[in-house]
Amino acid sequence: MHELTAIQLRDKIKAGEITSTQATKKVLQAIEKHDKIIGAYISVFEKQSLERAAEIDKKIAAGESVGQLAGVPVAVKDNMCTTFGATTCASKILENFHAPYNAAVVQKLLAADAVIVGKTNLDEFAMGSSTENSSLKQTVNPWDTTRVPGGSSGGSSAAVAGRLCMAALGSDTGGSIRQPAGFCGIVGLKPTYGRVSRFGLVAFGSSLDQIGPLALNVEDCALMLNVIAGHDPNDSTSVDEKNAPLCDYLENIDKPVENLKIGIVPQFAAGADKQIQNAINNAVELYKKLGAQIIEIDLPHFEYAIAAYYMVATAEASSNLARYDGVHYGHRTENPNDYIEVYSKSREEGFGKEVKRRIMLGTYALSSGYYDAYYLKALKVRNLIRTDFTNAFEKVDSIITPVTPTTAFKIGEKVDDPLQMYLADMYTISANLAGIPGISLPCGFDDNNLPIGMQILAPAFEEQKLLRIAKMFESKTDYHKKKPAIIES
Amino acid sequence: MSPKIDKAQAKKVAKLSRLDLTENEIEEFSAQLNAVLEYVEKMNELNTDDVQPLAHCLPVSNCFREDIVKESLGTEKTLANAPQTDNEFFKVPKILDDSAAT
Amino acid sequence: MSDLKYKIIIGLEIHVQLCTKTKMFCGCALEFAAEPNSRVCPVCLGMPGVLPVMNKKAFEYSVLAALALNCEIASFTKWDRKSYYYPDLPKNYQISQYDLPFSEKGFIEIPLESGESKRIRITRAHLEEDAGKNLHTAGNFSQVDLNRAGTPLLEIVTEPDMNSADEVKALAVELQRIVRYLGVSEADMQKGHMRFEPNINLIITKDGTEYKTPIAEVKNLNSFRALERSIEYEAQRQLDEFLDTGKVMQMGNKSTRGWDDANQMTVLQREKEEAHDYRYFPDPDLLPVEMNDAWLDEIKSRLCELPLQKQIRYVTDYKLSDYDAHVLTAERSTAEFFEQAVSATIEQAFIFGGDPKKICNIITQAGLKLAHEQNCTLSELGFTPENVARLARMVEDGYVNASAANTILEEMTKTDKDPQTIAKDMNLIQKSDAGELEAIVDQVLADNPKAVEDVKSGGKKAKKAQGFLLGQVIQKSKGQANPKIVSQILTKKLS
Ligand SMILES: [Mg+2]
Ligand SMILES: [Zn+2]
Repeated sequence: MHELTAIQLRDKIKAGEITSTQATKKVLQAIEKHDKIIGAYISVFEKQSLERAAEIDKKIAAGESVGQLAGVPVAVKDNMCTTFGATTCASKILENFHAPYNAAVVQKLLAADAVIVGKTNLDEFAMGSSTENSSLKQTVNPWDTTRVPGGSSGGSSAAVAGRLCMAALGSDTGGSIRQPAGFCGIVGLKPTYGRVSRFGLVAFGSSLDQIGPLALNVEDCALMLNVIAGHDPNDSTSVDEKNAPLCDYLENIDKPVENLKIGIVPQFAAGADKQIQNAINNAVELYKKLGAQIIEIDLPHFEYAIAAYYMVATAEASSNLARYDGVHYGHRTENPNDYIEVYSKSREEGFGKEVKRRIMLGTYALSSGYYDAYYLKALKVRNLIRTDFTNAFEKVDSIITPVTPTTAFKIGEKVDDPLQMYLADMYTISANLAGIPGISLPCGFDDNNLPIGMQILAPAFEEQKLLRIAKMFESKTDYHKKKPAIIES
Repeated sequence: MSPKIDKAQAKKVAKLSRLDLTENEIEEFSAQLNAVLEYVEKMNELNTDDVQPLAHCLPVSNCFREDIVKESLGTEKTLANAPQTDNEFFKVPKILDDSAAT
Repeated sequence: MSDLKYKIIIGLEIHVQLCTKTKMFCGCALEFAAEPNSRVCPVCLGMPGVLPVMNKKAFEYSVLAALALNCEIASFTKWDRKSYYYPDLPKNYQISQYDLPFSEKGFIEIPLESGESKRIRITRAHLEEDAGKNLHTAGNFSQVDLNRAGTPLLEIVTEPDMNSADEVKALAVELQRIVRYLGVSEADMQKGHMRFEPNINLIITKDGTEYKTPIAEVKNLNSFRALERSIEYEAQRQLDEFLDTGKVMQMGNKSTRGWDDANQMTVLQREKEEAHDYRYFPDPDLLPVEMNDAWLDEIKSRLCELPLQKQIRYVTDYKLSDYDAHVLTAERSTAEFFEQAVSATIEQAFIFGGDPKKICNIITQAGLKLAHEQNCTLSELGFTPENVARLARMVEDGYVNASAANTILEEMTKTDKDPQTIAKDMNLIQKSDAGELEAIVDQVLADNPKAVEDVKSGGKKAKKAQGFLLGQVIQKSKGQANPKIVSQILTKKLS
């Protein structure tokens, strides 16, 4: 089964060559065997997923029609609400929180007959780039267990890379799908803001958050996007299909994009490690060989993206996380002296350091006397950054960049320097500010046999073209087929 | 250069954030936040006088729902995750200063 | 004694609860006095991951009310989060509107005692969600009920244009009439549908110098009476305080005071305008609203003639008293019933619409009393405006007298018979037959020689004595004698 993609497995299940129960058992066995080390999952639904698999097998045996993910074991990041199991956000404050509703994407996975085997680890409230900020457990990189899997969707990425599920959902506020996909050598897609419903995704930065798939290859990503994309009346910011028509993202995925124009940003090269630069250059060369025209573009406000991002994201987060107060749900401090202490002590005890830091930063940016200089200024810079992309996409179909300046770093290496950690998000952040889609896919390995990721960006709602461009590269390379040694052990 | 955020200010922000931070955290955070804020001031290199703030990255508006009743959770499920209740209400230590703003 | 004058300055912050079926951002039903925490869903409970979606009707109701208040409607408006921590506020921020409210710059005309009206300027009106309720009854704990959390509220802020408790009361009553006419709020103060928070201070002129007292904002007013009384109380208190301490208005010395209804006084809650830092910022979960002409026109078409306009029209067109016109326009359903009766076209040849004054009398003297007793509107009492018009015409023609008309109206609530039939069946038709009445008059004159004497003597007592005799005749006829005819006969016989 290690050799199968999600689509291949789905087809075999539908054809009756393998049952969902067998596939689910295999995945559960792999989790049993490897997750002690990888630590990808916060919850595993053993009994429940086998029951579901059996139901789907029954449907197939009865000749009933089944969904696009018929019987395929998948995982969701533990910041998406489920009526089964807890929804923790890897935070002590929500450790025992049981949502009374399913996130829209969870509902869609279930409607597509997926088997949700478990919920994956993350940086607490998705705040981080290494999954070290989880208050519940440590996830390691399957390629090197002394290294981080990236974050914040580190659990989902490690689970896919470690073959502990066939595909997974993550969320991306500043790179949290693309960066761990890059570190773990898999494919991760952040769709256009508004393409996928955020209803039931625990908010971090509401104007930046977007759910997307993590998978073993481009096609599996397209399949997952097919399942989760679309307007949701419960999410005002999910885009009307009239304005942004949906399509079958698998259709024509093998068809190379004709007259492809790829943009590269010369100033980007300087920021990344030499080996990453080389891998990106080789990838660009390959596109050239495939007939693409390579055009140098300028994103003049690129260097201000991190500054703007950390103001917007933390301001929104400070407000979004105000609700965790120990009154209506979640952790409450023992023996508060008064109701004010219910707030201040519950929050002090329930939140981890990075979350507190960001709440402080965001509160500061919104507070009276600082609003204009920090928050409002950031919104203006955000406009400039979006305009940069609008201008760039008049000249090119897509832009290729590294995903990260380095490959996966060592656990503990950066935890004490938040600014350095933030700066490492330089390549991924501007897509969130502009709301455009981006994909990360493997394009090489460094000397430590760690995966190198390539990011491709496209204009809003051009996911189909983006996936086709990615597939052009993937179909000529084998990086995505390499497996970490741990899964063969 | 004077710090963007000193300890006293950090304490104020912590109070506004309802975080009962320890002295160590105040110390640590004010230093770290200072570094981030100094970095963030990079934005001041840009003249943005004529730039509109962008709160939503997609130019969309007017999303409404119809005034149609949907089922509520009911008292039991509403209180199910609450740390303290009397089965009818959420309970908190007595609120003495009744000064909510609406 | 020094020369001292003062003027009260009052501005209002008003919250009006809209009568939509559901909350502002979720589908939970709005229901007064439902079981605690039963009308709550993940959205209004502020659970992780939930998102708000605007109730279109709440927005349109607000626009309708703002139009009636002569406000300008913004073509672009957005939603902001207002942050503060309170147990009845589940998200610890309130979705409200800050710098771009949906409407601004309006006014409301309020009727004054003198019969004139005064224009009170409205600064802005915006839409926001209500919080839940904290109850402080259970020992060492407070209880939190979230049923009200997320209820749509229209917040209206006026300029400080009112100068007396009467004016504030007039505004409150007028606003209540308006929102009820428009059908956008039940506007019941006891139920908290309308909440008034006056900002009060005085401009005192003493020995030729002007002083302004610090502004006090008064909360917790649950009736028109409390609203009036609190202003009277505050004016006196501020005057006394000024004379005592000389304290005048300064930056930040605005205080918040609560109304103590039991002791009929305001009590200090917060001395200083607390440095609230609400950290307003645009709510990223909600899209802005853009208002186009077609939509605005559609909402405008739902406007109706407003109560004060109606009231003035009734006085000029129908020659009603101010008081009667006010009673008739207090509720839209009453005014509509009245107008239908006035314009009723009756098939019978003898009536083409009743005299408005007579219709008014029947409605205000008997109709509203019945409606009140049965706790319903006029039209729900079971009689038609046409039949009320017929009845009015019967009174006008002297066919029945006023008290018989009330009896007939009451009967009309129980049967479908027309008023003529009822009058005949109940034997309430006035006796206008001169011969029959003369016999009674003669009898009365014979029985009351003293009164006859008084009338004939033409002295001071004459008028009173004739009235007495008229009364005796009516009484003897068991109320059925037509007073006009009796009066004619009496005059003839006594002259
Ligand atoms: Mg308000
Ligand atoms: Zn609700």
